[in-house]
Amino acid sequence: MTEPALEICNLVKHFGGVTASDDISLSIMANEIHAIIGPNGAGKTTLVSQLFGSLAPDGGKVRFKGKDITSLPTYKRSALGLARSFQITSLIMSMSVLDNVALAVQAHEGHSFKFWKPARKVETLRLRATEILQQIDLVERADSKVSALSHGERRQVEIAVALAGEPSLLLLDEPMAGMGAIESAQMVEILKQMKGEKTIVLIEHDMDAVFALADRISVLVYGRIIATGSPDEIRQNEDVRRAYLGEA
Amino acid sequence: MFSLSKNGRARNGWVNFTVLACTGVIPLLLYVAGQTFYLDLATRMVCLAIAAISLNLILGYGGMVSFGHAVFIGIGAYAVGIPAYHATYGEFDLIASYNGFLHILLAVAFSSLFALVTGAISLRTKGIYFIMITMAFGQMIYFFFVSLETYGGDDGLTIDARSEFPAVKLDNAIVMFLVCYVIMLLVIFAMYKIVNSRFGMVLQGAKDNEERMRAMGFNTFKYRLTAYVIAGALCGLSGALLGNFTTFISPEMIDWTRSGELIFMVLLGGGGTLAGPLVGAAIFVVLEEVLSSFTIYWHLPFGIMLILAVLFARKGLLSLFLKEDGDD
Ligand SMILES: Nc1ncnc2c1ncn2[C@@H]1O[C@H](COP(=O)(O)OP(=O)(O)OP(=O)(O)O)[C@@H](O)[C@H]1O
Ligand SMILES: [Mg+2]
Repeated sequence: MTEPALEICNLVKHFGGVTASDDISLSIMANEIHAIIGPNGAGKTTLVSQLFGSLAPDGGKVRFKGKDITSLPTYKRSALGLARSFQITSLIMSMSVLDNVALAVQAHEGHSFKFWKPARKVETLRLRATEILQQIDLVERADSKVSALSHGERRQVEIAVALAGEPSLLLLDEPMAGMGAIESAQMVEILKQMKGEKTIVLIEHDMDAVFALADRISVLVYGRIIATGSPDEIRQNEDVRRAYLGEA
Repeated sequence: MFSLSKNGRARNGWVNFTVLACTGVIPLLLYVAGQTFYLDLATRMVCLAIAAISLNLILGYGGMVSFGHAVFIGIGAYAVGIPAYHATYGEFDLIASYNGFLHILLAVAFSSLFALVTGAISLRTKGIYFIMITMAFGQMIYFFFVSLETYGGDDGLTIDARSEFPAVKLDNAIVMFLVCYVIMLLVIFAMYKIVNSRFGMVLQGAKDNEERMRAMGFNTFKYRLTAYVIAGALCGLSGALLGNFTTFISPEMIDWTRSGELIFMVLLGGGGTLAGPLVGAAIFVVLEEVLSSFTIYWHLPFGIMLILAVLFARKGLLSLFLKEDGDD
C-alpha cells in the first residue's frame, strides 16, 4: 500500500447549477479497499462515472498507475484493468448468466472479430466464466436468462461481470443495494477474499459492510470530500458525525 | 434462442427447414405443373429475402434501424447494368464486360465501400438521427443515379444481356431461380455462423446494452461498423441478382420506400431470427402481387399488417412457431 493506483486531481463536474464534483482530489492506494460514503445525491455515482470514463469531467485529471486516463474512452480503461459495477444493474438482459460473464471474459481475450466458431463452444471462455460463477456461488443459475433472475441474483452477476476481466482496480457502486441480509453477507465475504489483492473503490450505504471491509474511508458531501481516513478516524470525526453519520 | 434445450433447438431447426423447403419446392412444383408465373414471383422473393436477411443482421441482431438499406440493392444492380451497357455500346473498356464474376465483384466491392464510409458517419448517431442519416445517404445515391443521363436517368436502364457464368445460363428461368435460391441458402448459413460467433455475441450484446458492452471493454462502434459493411456487401449481392432477374434497373430501386419495405419484411417475418426475413419477403411479394391488382393503395394493408404483427407477435410471425428460452 505504498504507491497510488489511482490519482484523482481537482476533479470538477457541474450539472446545470448542481456541482456534483467540487474539486475532488484523492489518491487510492494499490490494493486497498477504499470506501466512499455520503448521503444520497452527494455525487458518488458521478465520481465513479468520471473515473471510469462514462462521464467527462469539466476539469481536473485522473491518473491510473501514473498514466493520464482523463480522456480515455471506457473500453480502453477496461483494457487497462479497470472494471465497474453499476448501482442500477446493467447487464445483457436477453442473454443467460453464463453468456454475460463469458462475454466479459471474451472482451479481455483478444479481439472479437471472429465470425465462424460458435462462441458458446469456446472452452476457455466458458470455463473461466464458470469459475467466476463458482466464486460467487451462482453456478446453478448459469443457464438462466438474466431477465428471469431475482434482484439480488442480478446484483451478483453484476459483480461477476466486473470480475471477469481480471481487473486490478474495481469500482463498485453500491454492490449490496437491494440485497437481502444473507446475500449481503455473502458479498462481504467475496470482497474480503479480494482484500490485499485488488484495489477496490467501494461505494456503499451499508455501514456495517463498509466498516468491515474498508482500509480507508472518504466521506463525500455535496460533491466535496470532507474527510479521509481509517475507519476509526472516520468514526470519531466530528464533521462526519454531524454531516453524515447523524451522531450514530 | 440463447440457452435453448436440445428439444427447443431441434424444433427451431425443423421450423427453419420447413420454411426453406416450402419456398424452394413449391415454386418448382408449380412450374412443373405449368404455372410458370409463380417461379418468377419466387425468384423475386428470394432476391428480396437476401436483401432482408442482410438487413436483419444490423436491424434484427444489431438494433440499427437503417432506413437506407435499399441503396445497396441499387449499387449491386448498377454494378451489373453499367458494365453490361458498355460491353454492348462501347466506351469504358476498363469495366465493359458481361462477366458475371466481375459484376459480383463490383457489386460487393462498391457496396462494402459505400457501407464503410456512410456507416462510419451514421453510426456516430443514435435512434431517430441514425434513421434519418441513413435515409439521407440513400436519397443521395438515388439522385446520383437519376442524374446519370447515360444510363437512362430516372427512366432507368434495360440490361440487354445477363451476367455470364461458365456453364450457368441465367436466361433459363429455373436456373435463375436455383442460383438465387442456393445463394440465399449460403447467406442464411453464413448468418447462422456469424450470429453465434464471438462477433455475433458482441453485436447482440451491444443491441441489448451498449453501455455495459463498452464497460466490459468492447469498442462497440468498430463491431457495429463491421456488421454494417457485411450487411451492405450481402445486400449488394442481392442487387446484382435482382438486376439480372428483372433485366431492368432504375433509381426507383433505391428509393426510401424500398428501404421501408425491407424493414417491413424483417419485422413482419421476425427480426433476429434466421428464416424470419424470408417469411417476410414471401408475404411481401404475394401481397404486393394480389393487392396491387385490386387497389393502388396497396401499401395500406401492409401498414395494418405490420401493426397487427407488432401487437400480437412482437418478434414477428415466425416467432409464433419458434421456441424461446423457457425462463422468459
Ligand atoms: N446526468 C445528470 N444530469 C443532471 N444532474 C445529475 C446527473 N447525474 C447526477 N446528477 C445530479 O448530481 C448530483 C449527484 O448525483 P449522484 O448520482 O452522483 O449522487 P450519489 O451520491 O450517487 O447518490 P445516491 O446515493 O442516491 O446514489 C445529484 O444532485 C444529481 O441529481
Ligand atoms: Mg449513486
